[in-house]
Amino acid sequence: MSQRNHQLTGATMALLALAMLGLGFAAVPLYRMFCQVTGFGGTTMRSATGVAPGSVVGKLINVRFDANVSPNLPWSFAPEKKVERVAIGAREMAFFTATNLSDHPITGTATFNVTPELAGAYFTKIQCFCFTSQTLKPGETVRMPVVYYVDPAILRDKEAGKFNEITLSYTFFPDKSAVDSERAGG
Amino acid sequence: MTDTTATASHFHAHEDHGHHDADHKPAFFQRWFMSTNHKDIGTLYLIFAIFAGIVGGAISGLMRAELAQPGIQYLQTWTALMGGAPDFDTALHMWNVLITAHGLIMVFFMVMPAIIGGFGNWFVPIMIGAPDMAFPRMNNISFWLLVPAFLMLLGSSFVSGGTGHGAGVGWTVYAPLSTSGSAGPAVDMGIFALHIAGASSILGAINFITTIFNMRAPGMTLHKMPLFVWSVLVTAFLLLLALPVLAAAITMLLTDRNFGTTFYDASGGGDPVLYQHLFWFFGHPEVYIMILPGFGIISQIVSTFSKKPVFGYLGMAYAMVAIGVVGFVVWAHHMFTTGMSVDVKMYFTAATMVIAVPTGIKIFSWIATMWGGSMTFKTPMLWAIGFIFLFTVGGVTGVVLANGGVDNYMHDTYYVVAHFHYVLSLGAVFSLFAAFYYWFGKMSGRMYNEFLGQVHFWLFFIGVNVLFFPMHFLGLDGMPRRIPDYPDAFAKWNSLATHGYEIMAFSMIFFFVNIFWSLFAGKKAEGNYWGEGATTLEWTLSSPPPYHQFEQLPHIGDDHSH
Repeated sequence: MSQRNHQLTGATMALLALAMLGLGFAAVPLYRMFCQVTGFGGTTMRSATGVAPGSVVGKLINVRFDANVSPNLPWSFAPEKKVERVAIGAREMAFFTATNLSDHPITGTATFNVTPELAGAYFTKIQCFCFTSQTLKPGETVRMPVVYYVDPAILRDKEAGKFNEITLSYTFFPDKSAVDSERAGG
Repeated sequence: MTDTTATASHFHAHEDHGHHDADHKPAFFQRWFMSTNHKDIGTLYLIFAIFAGIVGGAISGLMRAELAQPGIQYLQTWTALMGGAPDFDTALHMWNVLITAHGLIMVFFMVMPAIIGGFGNWFVPIMIGAPDMAFPRMNNISFWLLVPAFLMLLGSSFVSGGTGHGAGVGWTVYAPLSTSGSAGPAVDMGIFALHIAGASSILGAINFITTIFNMRAPGMTLHKMPLFVWSVLVTAFLLLLALPVLAAAITMLLTDRNFGTTFYDASGGGDPVLYQHLFWFFGHPEVYIMILPGFGIISQIVSTFSKKPVFGYLGMAYAMVAIGVVGFVVWAHHMFTTGMSVDVKMYFTAATMVIAVPTGIKIFSWIATMWGGSMTFKTPMLWAIGFIFLFTVGGVTGVVLANGGVDNYMHDTYYVVAHFHYVLSLGAVFSLFAAFYYWFGKMSGRMYNEFLGQVHFWLFFIGVNVLFFPMHFLGLDGMPRRIPDYPDAFAKWNSLATHGYEIMAFSMIFFFVNIFWSLFAGKKAEGNYWGEGATTLEWTLSSPPPYHQFEQLPHIGDDHSH
């Protein structure tokens, strides 16, 4: 029971606690990566090549579009078609319209997910307005495209393979970083 | 570090003077406010926990009074008393403040200080044959950090928490209610209180681990340590690994609230479910932190009053290790309704149920210890048997809730409230009372009154069962938790539960009368007042033990039983 032993054990344990503290914070990027890789929680995939695999003959699925706006954002936002029946694997395009109802320019950014959440791993976006923030002038209306395909691998998933409808949902929020710069600018 | 060295030489100095100086005590202020003595700090922890328990218990009395009948009877009056606006929303916020305060106080300021800080400090060094803890001054800091933490939490109920005064976020402090949903400084104060209490526990855990690893008397191998020491060792590791994660999670809450970060805010790319993952990665080990030392205490008591060594000692020790390890990989069973896939639910269901195996080993070993033993039913043994029975009931409802499918129906109902009160309020608290009666004579030097102790036990046992058992029925019928009002259909069981609270509260009079009566007029306690069944090292010392014990380290032989 020498004092050196105490200090060594105590310091080792303190390091262990610090490591766990570090892991707690590291959970933030790790969790994001985990969701992006596995589609956990309905996180959609993003195509690296921009090429759709091509449609699988006779395999169709409904894609329903859902649009929401944060109460803090004076925009209207809606899909042009509520639901589309698409071929699995085919490159598809859908449009959303957004209007700035206020009298000043506003930058918004959209969050997204799909339900059922298991479908996240198989819903791949090639192009999306949600990849960047969108700035709308006062009263301006824009049509915003999303290009996507449903990965044919979904047919081999024992749970997700039984889905006959996937809902793609967007929610527009005021862009936090842009809000700060707009406030600073004027 | 020169300080601790000084303490060590101090100790040697005493050795030179001979035995009569071992009981030399410092003056009152030095002794109780600057204490580095593990027994005095343990006593401080116990006094603190009793005080916090009175506050937390009184809050649950307020809640049971409001829930005694359908409709809202008292909330608006209480809100007005606290200086809040007399409207309905503020009154409902008051309810949230009450449930939050009850949960946080009972977990962080009653059970943990009593079972780890109190009994752990008192008996871990003695049971391993050590003169004190490894870092006596850090021990002092651990205790005194708790006081500002508790004051900070109590103080938060006097400042704005958004809709009304106080932090109304539940003990889980879920985002976004705790971030964008609660303006005002109350939630910040609550988070700081958790930070400080967490730091206190982490320092305590480091101290226990160092003490147990380095300061065991000659011959006291790990596999000869009493099970209470084993339980505190496992608990200390759980604290060390779980609490920093909570610290990280609530620090991010703090920056989300005050510095514009969006860790848990979807509008900035964050995810509120991440908070739930982090919280429960801490929160599930936390429930074992509260119950494992109780397991250790029950093992000592059952063995003492059966006059037999614990059945399956090694199995008992490693069952606790297994519970601790598996406890880290089951956290998402608290989050079955956050939209997990069937596969993930299956994993967390199965992993959770696996914990029933080591827990079952413990229950069966306690029963096997009693089997064929020469049993006496003194007050501590009554509490211990009460613990085994009630903890098993809570464990069984836990296995029910572990099913992801069943949980979809049960989630956030009173069934869950009944479950965790059976394992904590009836499990952890029964083990606390068992320990208190078991060691009261050893700590104070005077025996408790057996008659008052038994009356306390039976009234408390009846009271808490009348209080919590009907909650199973309420939950199965769909009554949600955390609400002050309910449909008339739930009136009968709620009214019965409130009567149960009254019985329980009445029984506490016997507890307090017993403490004061025994301290002033109790029979002087002998060194080993339990006789041949009590074999651990604290029974080789006088009652109370000398101010500095084991100036000559005890040697533990091969025949020493646990």
